[in-house]
Amino acid sequence: MADADQVTITINGIDHVVAAGQLLITAAENIGEIIPRFCHHDKLEPVAKCRMCLVEVEGPRGKALVPSCTMPVSNGMVVDTKSAVVTKAHEGVLEFLLINHPLDCPICDKGGECPLQDQAYAHGPGESRFVEEKRTYLKPLPVSDLVLLDRERCVLCDRCVRVADDIAGDPLLVFTERGNAVQIQTFPDEPFASYFSGNTVQLCPVGALTSVDYRFKARPWDLHHVTSVSLVDTVQSTVDVQTSRGKIVRVYGVENDAVNEGWLSDKDRFVFPAIHADTRVVQPLVRNGERFDKATWGEALEIVASRLGSCKGAEVAAIGGAHNTNEDAFALGKFMRSVIGSAHIDAQIGDGLDARLAAAVTSRARLGDLDAASTILVWGPDLKEVLPVLYLRVRKATRNGATLVVVSPVATGLDSVADHVVRYRAGTGSELLRKLGAGDGDLVGARSALREGPVVALVGRTSLAEDPNLAESIAAFALSLPEAKILPLLERGNVFGALDMGLAPGLLPGRVSVDSQEGVDAIEDAWGPLPDHEGLDAMSILADLVEGDMSALVMVGSDPVSDCPDPQLARAAIEAADFVVAIDAFITDSSVLADVILPAAVWGEVDGTVTNLEGRVQRIRPSLLPAGQSRALHGLLDDIASQMGADLGTSDLAMISKEIASVAPSYAGITIDYLTFAGDPDGVVVPIEDAQQPLVYTPVDRPVPVVTGEFTLHLAASLYDAGVWLSNAAALGDLARSAYVRLHPSDAARRAITPGETIVVSGSHQLPVALDDTVSRGTLVVPHNLEETKGFVATPTVTVDTVRGEE
Amino acid sequence: MTDLILTARMTAHPADSHMIDRFVATGGYSALRKALTELTPEEVKDEVKASNMRGRGGAGFPTGVKWGFLAASEPRYLVVNGDESEPGTFNDRQLMERDPHQLVEGIAISSYALGIGHAFVYIRGEYPRSARRVQRAIEEAYAAGYLGDGILGTDFSLDVTVHLGGGAYICGEETALLNSLEGRRGEPRLKPPFPAVEGLYAKPTIVNNVESISNVPWIVNNSGTSYAAIGPERSAGTKMLSISGHINKPGNHEIIMGMTWRDMIYDLGGGIPDDRALKTWIPGGASAPWFVPEEHLDTILSIDDVAANGSMIGAGAVVVMDETTNVVAAAHRIVRFFAHESCGQCTPCREGTRWLEDVLKRILDGRGRPEDIDLLLDISDNISPGLSWPPAMTTICPLGPSAVSPVTSITRWFLPEIEAMIAGGGDSDG
Repeated sequence: MADADQVTITINGIDHVVAAGQLLITAAENIGEIIPRFCHHDKLEPVAKCRMCLVEVEGPRGKALVPSCTMPVSNGMVVDTKSAVVTKAHEGVLEFLLINHPLDCPICDKGGECPLQDQAYAHGPGESRFVEEKRTYLKPLPVSDLVLLDRERCVLCDRCVRVADDIAGDPLLVFTERGNAVQIQTFPDEPFASYFSGNTVQLCPVGALTSVDYRFKARPWDLHHVTSVSLVDTVQSTVDVQTSRGKIVRVYGVENDAVNEGWLSDKDRFVFPAIHADTRVVQPLVRNGERFDKATWGEALEIVASRLGSCKGAEVAAIGGAHNTNEDAFALGKFMRSVIGSAHIDAQIGDGLDARLAAAVTSRARLGDLDAASTILVWGPDLKEVLPVLYLRVRKATRNGATLVVVSPVATGLDSVADHVVRYRAGTGSELLRKLGAGDGDLVGARSALREGPVVALVGRTSLAEDPNLAESIAAFALSLPEAKILPLLERGNVFGALDMGLAPGLLPGRVSVDSQEGVDAIEDAWGPLPDHEGLDAMSILADLVEGDMSALVMVGSDPVSDCPDPQLARAAIEAADFVVAIDAFITDSSVLADVILPAAVWGEVDGTVTNLEGRVQRIRPSLLPAGQSRALHGLLDDIASQMGADLGTSDLAMISKEIASVAPSYAGITIDYLTFAGDPDGVVVPIEDAQQPLVYTPVDRPVPVVTGEFTLHLAASLYDAGVWLSNAAALGDLARSAYVRLHPSDAARRAITPGETIVVSGSHQLPVALDDTVSRGTLVVPHNLEETKGFVATPTVTVDTVRGEE
Repeated sequence: MTDLILTARMTAHPADSHMIDRFVATGGYSALRKALTELTPEEVKDEVKASNMRGRGGAGFPTGVKWGFLAASEPRYLVVNGDESEPGTFNDRQLMERDPHQLVEGIAISSYALGIGHAFVYIRGEYPRSARRVQRAIEEAYAAGYLGDGILGTDFSLDVTVHLGGGAYICGEETALLNSLEGRRGEPRLKPPFPAVEGLYAKPTIVNNVESISNVPWIVNNSGTSYAAIGPERSAGTKMLSISGHINKPGNHEIIMGMTWRDMIYDLGGGIPDDRALKTWIPGGASAPWFVPEEHLDTILSIDDVAANGSMIGAGAVVVMDETTNVVAAAHRIVRFFAHESCGQCTPCREGTRWLEDVLKRILDGRGRPEDIDLLLDISDNISPGLSWPPAMTTICPLGPSAVSPVTSITRWFLPEIEAMIAGGGDSDG
């Protein structure tokens, strides 16, 4: 009858064959017997504290009440979930939970979607016998800048504590007191400052934890839900976007186990108010001397079409597209290559990797491979800061026994769960890579861990100051490891989708190299002749603009002045260009220099598909109409093309989708309709089934010079930076960190630098100093893209001068 | 009465029974020497198993059987439970203060038998003198070579660490004790895994009561079968009883079980002061259901007989109440204790014990309602379904059901008194 991995259990007199190894509460749920619960959650270790899920199980001494959340199913188990004893226990526990509950449902955010409310209806006694005085507390208690706690509503289920401790690794919520006075608290003077705090709000089974953003904003039954994808980073967590009266009011994580397993970073969750910020550009703007004048779309498009049309194709370049949908990115690539006649197009801004490595690396890992990895190598940016949900996935893998090797010039968020932490002086990565390969000296342990496959290597640039070729050399080394898979790390929202759509000088749509004659022929059949010049990357484009070899620039949701390694070059390039059009939603450090700004629809407003870092394509859906006169990129490009006398054919989303499926080989079969109706709800990893990926890139060991000098630079990214979205998101805007330069105490001592002292870095920025013995010696850590470090140029070495006056 | 086991030395030498010289002069550490030099660990375990000694901490589980569950992986630990917190118990305190070397010797022998290299003694924080004396005994034992590396010239080594509790009753529950010892909140753990498989620092751990371990030297010196021969079957050996309340001779008594409760209260305890009438007594600490003279005075004082009558000997605390006792006030006082000591993790205990306390208080204050008696019983039933003995539980540990015992006791034996109190406007001076 049953296989070895199945058992037969009897629930309420009916036999069921269920998978072995699962908990009774889950097995029952899977066959439609919902056992009530508060503390149980699939993604958390059981604690059996609420006692709501008691059922009767027959044992050697007769029937006994047991919590079904801790009881694994076993063959022959006989369970009663509805006996008089069980029903009384459920009613009893619910009554206990309710006696001190404030029952302020009419003003509680959770009212209407509250497990306590629902289960009180389903299993509760109906009337209270409690005539004593209820427990009261001061409320609400702000446990962080984002989350408020109402201790009176709390049922002490331990979910928030487990999320913070076990999942996020931020043990900042604790139980204090005992008995009737037990409560959730933070440590004195230590707020619940976690990048994942919002998950506690989502998991709270009552209205005890509420978010500052959502509090009192809407009633659950008035919310309109749309399943979409977060574009905050390349993990592209699946989200439930909730709107009320035409505004997004809340974003929840969706349990897409292939991607984010329900978790979100606070940036994913709380960045949406920027969409509704009154600082958004919602009407075309045309430069008039030192200021912008509002213009109609007709006026603005005419200017753009005529200025771009008056340039030779090779004189025009486009930078950006990494925050757009695949369809918009495709439209941009087609516009540049077939209408403008330029191959100078780059979705990266000198901050990424070789596009072939990122888009088409051989043996590319999926996120799910981390769950089965024996060893995980992380050599790239601090995942906690730049890809926080991936950080959670790696933490989970370590909880399940994977060995973790973390290589970085400075401490990273993962160090606390790493088995081997390897440090190197910034700029000397190639030297370290040789040593790691040889397993020399104190690298013996890390090297031998990497001999245990399957190995998943997460590879990226540890900082903007690091040579991008190093990552490729690391990837080449990783490929030599047993059963190795590689996950290249880029950060910007849909950059992988943009690269797949050909927004890189060397790539055509569908992971095709421009060096492939077959690929070029195929696309020329569809689009007509491609430009005959070699495309340049973003940094070369900026340099050519400064030199006058190029004259016009299209910036698509990109801000090179803030984000590229050389902000001064970017500024000079934009200022030197004859004509710059920014297609953007905000006035940024870059778009403020443009001649024309076209208001762009953004996340929450756009429709289409996106591709994450493992190559998974998901539907991104609109919750709102574009703000003001904002428009989706594909449509406005189609209009510009029309003005220039060309038919781009991108006015209609479905049309673009079909064209992608036919001309982008790796995306064969992937249309919006397919993803909506036929595909896996978790999204699909391309290429599917019979589709081909023409370019499969094998990374090679590239020569990377070892940087020398008194101080080498590590430019550290942080989740909360001075980016335009964050500064416009009400709750998150204040969380950007203060800009301390960090260096090793021995370096500070040598230069007689004291903590808190201000130093001049590279002659351009005065910044306060903090000492940090996790920084490798000879490395200076400068925070990237904070208000105080804007304009800082990422050079391999930096100079340090003190400003102690004229002594 | 036969020779006393646990209190012989302190009775004979009250001035210095806690000092190592007296201990050694009266045969101390001879059992350790015998165990280490003449017996294999297996043989020691066999003796303890043969003794049929049932754990003295309250649950009454045979110590030798418990030892058999210890998992093989290393390291493993012995944790001695000296968190004696049950209201009415004070016999471990006497054993720790008056004969600490007996305990230390028991620890060393038990650790040898179990293959343990590090033992912990967890002593309740309110027992500073116990802690000082045990600590000093340990230091003396180290100095004399009974603890430390290569004990008595053998290759057996043992370290013993004393840890003081922070004042929580629940830390007497063995898994809450382990959490506390690890520096965590004192909350009982989910079982399984049991401590013998995954205990202190997730390693195999035996947790034994002070009194249990203190018996081990005698068992080794005199054999397990000699111990088993003392007292009734299944209540072998002697038992320390702490007698308190309305009694002429309160204090600790080491007894052989098998006597009647009448003998215990009127002979051993010397009867009730001023010859007042006996109203009720708690046979085994605040957690235990109460006994009444008309039903229980001539029943036998043994582990199984008390259980058969719906209560327990527990850790051996007998609390006697005479006719002047306001039983509602007594029950309220005990329930208040448990509500205060609930760790708070399980809903029924956290909320229910406090609710019981509030209702009892209301009755005492003259605001009781006739329906409050049913309410008390139903709240109790939701903590301990069926109100049977041994108690069923909706909770992780038995603390919640412990708070139910006084409620079911007074409603069972003294219902008219409660009804009268409700009708008559309370009695808050009780």
